Amino acid sequence: MRALVRITSWIYAVAIYGFIFLPVVVLVLFSLQATSFPIPPFTGPSLRWYDAVLADTRLTSALVNSLGVAALSSAAAVALGFLSAWGFARFVLPGSGLMRGLITLPLTVSYLIIGMGLLVLFNWAGIPKSLFAAGIGHVVINLPLCFAIIYSQMGDHQINIERAARDLGAPEWKVLLLITVPVMAPAIFAGFFLSMTFSWDEFVISFLLTRFDTTLPVEIWNLLRSGLNPKTNAVGSLVFAVSIVLVVFFELMLLRRKPA
Amino acid sequence: MNATGNTGRALPWALVTPALGWTLLFFVLPFLAMAFSSLTAHDGGGFTLSNYSQFFNNPAYWQAMVNSLQVTAIVTVVSVLLAYPFAWILAEQVPERWQRLALMLAVLPFWTSYVVRSYSWLLVLAQNGVINRALTGSGLFSEPLQLANTRLATITGFVHFFVMLLTLTIFANLKQLSPSYRKAAADLGAGPVRTFLHVVLPLTLPGIMVGAFLTFVLCIGDYITPQILGGNNELLMPQLVMMQMGRRGDFPLASALSIILMAVVTVAYLACARWLKIERA
Repeated sequence: MRALVRITSWIYAVAIYGFIFLPVVVLVLFSLQATSFPIPPFTGPSLRWYDAVLADTRLTSALVNSLGVAALSSAAAVALGFLSAWGFARFVLPGSGLMRGLITLPLTVSYLIIGMGLLVLFNWAGIPKSLFAAGIGHVVINLPLCFAIIYSQMGDHQINIERAARDLGAPEWKVLLLITVPVMAPAIFAGFFLSMTFSWDEFVISFLLTRFDTTLPVEIWNLLRSGLNPKTNAVGSLVFAVSIVLVVFFELMLLRRKPA
Repeated sequence: MNATGNTGRALPWALVTPALGWTLLFFVLPFLAMAFSSLTAHDGGGFTLSNYSQFFNNPAYWQAMVNSLQVTAIVTVVSVLLAYPFAWILAEQVPERWQRLALMLAVLPFWTSYVVRSYSWLLVLAQNGVINRALTGSGLFSEPLQLANTRLATITGFVHFFVMLLTLTIFANLKQLSPSYRKAAADLGAGPVRTFLHVVLPLTLPGIMVGAFLTFVLCIGDYITPQILGGNNELLMPQLVMMQMGRRGDFPLASALSIILMAVVTVAYLACARWLKIERA
């Protein structure tokens, strides 16, 4: 009986891993295709499509745009999230439960609707489509996340360290910069890198709110119109590599948070 | 509770106001603008409910909602059924020291680009893609199957994504379960199957419901996967919204359709509220 469960478990796990990895393996494999179609039989290996991607200024500038928007919007989201989390964790404010609910509310609404709303608003206000407009949307989706992560990590032992600093005469801004920020650094970095991965990969808001300069997912979308193309495989594999780097950073931050 | 004096009163508000202001300005206000827009006519003019009545009277629009609900329901059920045993295997059968690595591997493709993930399924499912080549090459089928540009393709792409998501949430749920429950059930004479059905499954139900709700919300609001994998054979709600925006520039109708979509999600939330509340407590 027990052996049967083990064997069945193994078969099932291998099948699910196969399902999960099939498209990714195919993507990366055929990005190394030597001929013009990313379909079997495999004719590689060749790095020509990576060369083609790096020579494509539309794609490379979209990549730079994506990284820029992701870094700036994540920095804004984490700053707003941190300040409000500190405020709610350290002070008693009237209606604070309601206000915290309001800040986390965007988590429950789909990106399409957030993007639509911003588009309607900006359209009325006469604000043109731009990377800046998309960045505003990225802060909207990442602020609740940063807030939730940092707020959940604000423990009581930190209050005592802050109180000690105040007793020794530190003004509030010094307490914030020299005590709270360093103590909370793992949560702040975790929020930042998680936001980076979400913003870097976000499509629908960028698609709705940008026009000429745009982000990488939107540019990949444009590339898809030409059908199956090993260049898309190559750029997809590169995006995967960047995301993995961000995730590893995120993991390291999380691991560091665990008490040694 | 803290500092005294004037700064003591002004400081907390100075801390929380930027985040609150941002949310009000760029989340609440846009939503109100969209709600207002949904009540106006496309060609200007006063208030009207015609955008909403169009949805109920136009069979094509109505069909998009039916399609969306069907696809979302199938995806949610299939994903839970596939992910639960997998999460259980990771939590129970894999040795403790390998669990973290096994879980990380299981969610690794999570981090490929959202757009590219659907595209890579196209490589697998296309007429001359990997699966069809394997089927015709092995002589099982003489003609390639129509796999891409079907509802099945859309569902496959979605299930791929949500199996990873649900494995994470259900795994976390199973790990939180204290082993003493199972020991107690075993002491009282229950076999492994009965212990699972009467103890483990009910205790992990809240986690499953939270994961299923998340799947429902993300799936019904997604534009990319049905657009890339489903082709234009059938429309889902997000595609319909984008079509009104992109091709026709009809903001009021797109707004109305978005609000209807949001209403459906709210109903789903209320239906799951019992379990979602347990999770928050």
